[in-house]
Amino acid sequence: MATLAISKKRQREGTEHSSESRSSKEEDTLFSSSALADSDYDSTDSESSQFSGLSEDDSEEESETYSDTEHTPEEFQNQPSDIKINEYEYDSSDEEATISLVCMVVGYKEYCGKHSNALPQTGDELDHLIEQSENPDYWRTVKDPQTGQNIVLSREDCAVIQRIKSGKYADKDVNAFNIDWPSSFESEVEIHPLSNRPEDKRSFIPSKWERLKVGKMVHSMKMGWMKTPSQRKKELEEKNDEDDHYYDLWSNEDENDRSRLKMHIPAPKITLPGHAESYNPPPEYLFSKEERSKWQETDKEDRRQDFVPHKYSSMRAIPAFKNFMNERFARCLDLYLCPRQQKMRMNVNPEDLIPKLPQPKDLQPFLQLRLSHDSMTVECSVVYTGHKDLVRKISLDPLGQWMVSGSDDKTVKFWELHTGRCMKTLVLDDKVKSVAWCPNANISLVAVAVGNHVILVNPGLGDKLIVTKTDELLAESSPPEQEKGLVTTWSEYTSDSQEFTESNLRLKVTHSKSVSQISWHAKGDYFAATLSGAGNQSVIIHQLSKRRSQCPFSKPKGLVQCTLFHPNKPFLFVATQRYIRVYNLLKQELSRKLQANCKWISSMAIHPGGDNVITGSYDCRLHWFDMDLSTKPYQTLKHQKKAIRSVDIHKKYPLFASTSDDGSVVVCHGMVYNDLMQNPLIVPVKVLRGHVTTNGLNAIDCVFHPNQPWLLTSGADSTIRLFS
Amino acid sequence: MGRIKRKYEAGAATAYVSRKRALKKLQLSLADFRRLCILKGIYPHEPKHRKKVEKGSTAIKTYYFRKDIQFLLHEPIINKFRNFKVYTRKLKKAIDKGEDGQAKRLRQNKPKYKLDHIVKERYPSFVDAVRDLDDCLCLVFLFATLPRQQSAKFQTIQKCRRLSVEFLHYLIAAKALRKVFVSIKGIYYQAEIMGQTVTWVVPHARGFQKPTDVDFKVMSIFIEFYLSMLGFINYRLYSSLNISYPPQLELPADKHNSLRDMSAEERIEEMLAAMTQSLVPGLKSIDQAEVDEFPATGDEESGISEEIRKEQQSRSRLLKLFCNTKFFLGRETPRESLTFILRNFGAKVSWDPSVSAGATYLESDETITHQIVDRNQPPAKKYMNRYYVQPQWVYDCVNARNLLDVKDYLVGVVLPPHLSPFIEEGEDDYVPPERVQLLNRAEDEGKFNAACSSGFNV
Repeated sequence: MATLAISKKRQREGTEHSSESRSSKEEDTLFSSSALADSDYDSTDSESSQFSGLSEDDSEEESETYSDTEHTPEEFQNQPSDIKINEYEYDSSDEEATISLVCMVVGYKEYCGKHSNALPQTGDELDHLIEQSENPDYWRTVKDPQTGQNIVLSREDCAVIQRIKSGKYADKDVNAFNIDWPSSFESEVEIHPLSNRPEDKRSFIPSKWERLKVGKMVHSMKMGWMKTPSQRKKELEEKNDEDDHYYDLWSNEDENDRSRLKMHIPAPKITLPGHAESYNPPPEYLFSKEERSKWQETDKEDRRQDFVPHKYSSMRAIPAFKNFMNERFARCLDLYLCPRQQKMRMNVNPEDLIPKLPQPKDLQPFLQLRLSHDSMTVECSVVYTGHKDLVRKISLDPLGQWMVSGSDDKTVKFWELHTGRCMKTLVLDDKVKSVAWCPNANISLVAVAVGNHVILVNPGLGDKLIVTKTDELLAESSPPEQEKGLVTTWSEYTSDSQEFTESNLRLKVTHSKSVSQISWHAKGDYFAATLSGAGNQSVIIHQLSKRRSQCPFSKPKGLVQCTLFHPNKPFLFVATQRYIRVYNLLKQELSRKLQANCKWISSMAIHPGGDNVITGSYDCRLHWFDMDLSTKPYQTLKHQKKAIRSVDIHKKYPLFASTSDDGSVVVCHGMVYNDLMQNPLIVPVKVLRGHVTTNGLNAIDCVFHPNQPWLLTSGADSTIRLFS
Repeated sequence: MGRIKRKYEAGAATAYVSRKRALKKLQLSLADFRRLCILKGIYPHEPKHRKKVEKGSTAIKTYYFRKDIQFLLHEPIINKFRNFKVYTRKLKKAIDKGEDGQAKRLRQNKPKYKLDHIVKERYPSFVDAVRDLDDCLCLVFLFATLPRQQSAKFQTIQKCRRLSVEFLHYLIAAKALRKVFVSIKGIYYQAEIMGQTVTWVVPHARGFQKPTDVDFKVMSIFIEFYLSMLGFINYRLYSSLNISYPPQLELPADKHNSLRDMSAEERIEEMLAAMTQSLVPGLKSIDQAEVDEFPATGDEESGISEEIRKEQQSRSRLLKLFCNTKFFLGRETPRESLTFILRNFGAKVSWDPSVSAGATYLESDETITHQIVDRNQPPAKKYMNRYYVQPQWVYDCVNARNLLDVKDYLVGVVLPPHLSPFIEEGEDDYVPPERVQLLNRAEDEGKFNAACSSGFNV
């Protein structure tokens, strides 16, 4: 008891011990502090109170230091240690036991090694494990190697062990610094030095190395390399200021500096966000389920927008955009890694590309059409009825007073244009394929193609003088000598025959194959007949005055569709399915070959100037060739939905027309300028519809009036119509 | 006889250099070359005729202009790069040897470079710099929102914050903001500076997640250049408005607890960031330039001038948009964005002093006209003489250049869609019905205004 109390008192005195006690207190908190501990504390406190002149706190600390859950107060009072108790119980000398225990704990194995082997191990690993988990004092239970007993170390023992471990005296009361050592030499005064060695030279002269070092420092100070701390601080501040020093960089803007930026291509700016990117977009911008899944399926690069539109009820609800940083980073990469190139992009207003349409006023005269009451269909001026079957071909006399029409009902009818009265009807043996009025105004002749024959008719209309003169002319022209191997035979109707008097038939030219088309030369002496399926004899040129025929081609040139004479030059145009060949008749050579980009040319017409040709084709196209420009079409018009049957150009006015199976007749303005530099102006002007579709055919032929802006069309509904 | 002409000795083949050759020529590592390219604004060019440039090889390469590379060759900053390389080597050696003093001394003399001359070189005139401000602002504003992390140096982030706040202050003083747009990515602003349209986007102030696939090194090089560029631009802009740079504020007496334990510099920074106060003007005084009115001549010109006049009218209306209003912001609203916008158009703004520094009046102020609330319900204590509106109202008003009807934006009301002001629909494009409505309303008002003005003239 007494020793314990004294030890406590000493502990309070030594400040260095407080840390130890604190550490042991910390250890103590590991134990479960129960009511027992409290009672413990009470008892010790009462005991120690007589010594304590310190505050309550300290004493509390003390008491806790010694509180132990496992020991009852009685046991505690039996201290100094549990070991002693064990000693008596198990008959061993106290000295030895204590030492061996302490040594074992500290780890001086060699000291007590001889004893440790003697004892057998009790219990196996499993027992240890169970003990470990069940016994709260397991950590301070050691086995005495001499007795083989388990000993639970007390708090004091632990403290002693800790002190030894940390290299201190085992006894905490030992103060190594305050020991009164007996002074052994103080009483004697030494008169001789311990060593009689004379002092070194170096203790009298200054150090060379120090001088060198100091010299270096002085030099570096002089050079400004070495600085005092205050200088250094000042410098650092200046440096920092310099970093943030901004001034008017562009005070003297020099335009010459931009020379290097000549090749500079500025990076395109970021695209500005649209409505879809809004935090509260209109509902139509939000993704539907399909759109969303489609967006998720497409690759990142292919997505049209790099985000999913989302609607938030308030600004507070907007989360951080996950890819914001990535987007900025991608932009940075674009700025310095992406190759740049200037691309010329036509920034054209699409409306500028459309050629400026001339005013309708400028395009006149075109057909001044009257609209019917319902304003939907065009009323035609005159309708010529009388034919019983489709009217294949119509032709006008050079002055525009009379009209001839050939029909599939094997008749040829002559009409007065203005009144629509049928003047004459010729009944023939076969279907009439073509009719053509001689373009020479001084001759009254019409060529009619019937079967294998071309019949020349003097209609006997108009000026009597011309009619009689024509007959005289025909009589004058001598009949040719009959030669063998001729392609055609000319025969004359005798003046007393019925055909001559009643039908006014004058001459008949018989061919080997059926004649499909006739076209006159402008002078009216030559005319060309196109035979269908006759090989190299497809085109035959007849001379009226000499009643002679010639076959210009020795080789077949394909399926000839139609032939035409140039209005004022000795050229012959021959249209096959795809090409138009232009032959110079004088030189007898091919002068040009026009390529129509179509499959099957149906008809052809030539501009009165002779440099422009139009062709209609069965694949709905109308080509305008400017022969000065190229052999390819200058312009292709596709205004009609079905095959184009015929085309015609007005002799006086800048008009041309085309008829098609879809029932429309398109009239276009086609101005050809005398100025070679100016290309023809082609503008569609009118669409006429009048004929009734029969057997899939509608308007078949169209002819312009020679000097009025009138258009005549013949149709499959066996009528002829005049649009004026 | 002339010289024999050989292939690839002239023209496109010599005008371009591949990157590898450029590196060899410049004697730089790839990293240094990239840094140099970023700082100097050099980018690869796509040759017009690749075949000629490739000289027969089919490998896909990036090509630079030979002249660009030659120009880089004379850049003084290259030497700094080399110095820095030497510095890192020395420092590493010192650290590895444990020579602390040496390392410290080296660190003190760390080579630094300045980018002034490069800024001037890339943008010979000030307008050039303003024209190229978009990317700069986007990045600086993004970095200003970054937290203190490993991603960027704290000094850089701080500087970004400072410069961006300075820039916003300029815009407020110049009243240069024109359009705003709240998108899911961030808030877009468009301003008109020196006749140039500048657009930038600021991310929403939310938590920051460091993305994994972003190389912050590259971005920090960009930021390095952009910071010095923005600094000079700010200086110039401030001097153009006759405001002293760096910006100064007249600090009010310390009445807010939040600022009491700060140094004077920090306090100024805080107050600047709050953006509620105007800056102190500089010494010089500049006269306002005004354009005289010319009588219209001819038919076409009158049409143009009419358009200009209309635009001017709407602009002046925009600048006075919030002139006679006093706002109070709720703590849940995007405070920085709203303060910036409202102050731009002449409003007074404040918030609860506990939210942040810079509040100028309290909620109990009776003169407050609008209180911005982003909750489902208005606050418990309601004042009768003010509107409780949602923040979108402010953004929509700016874009419409008119004070919109508050009724559609009151607290708890389902908001009308927020439309982008940057879209100008063509004839064939789809126009959302809300926009059609808005345009019609604007047209009506324009007519009304015209009628009013003509009425006054009579």
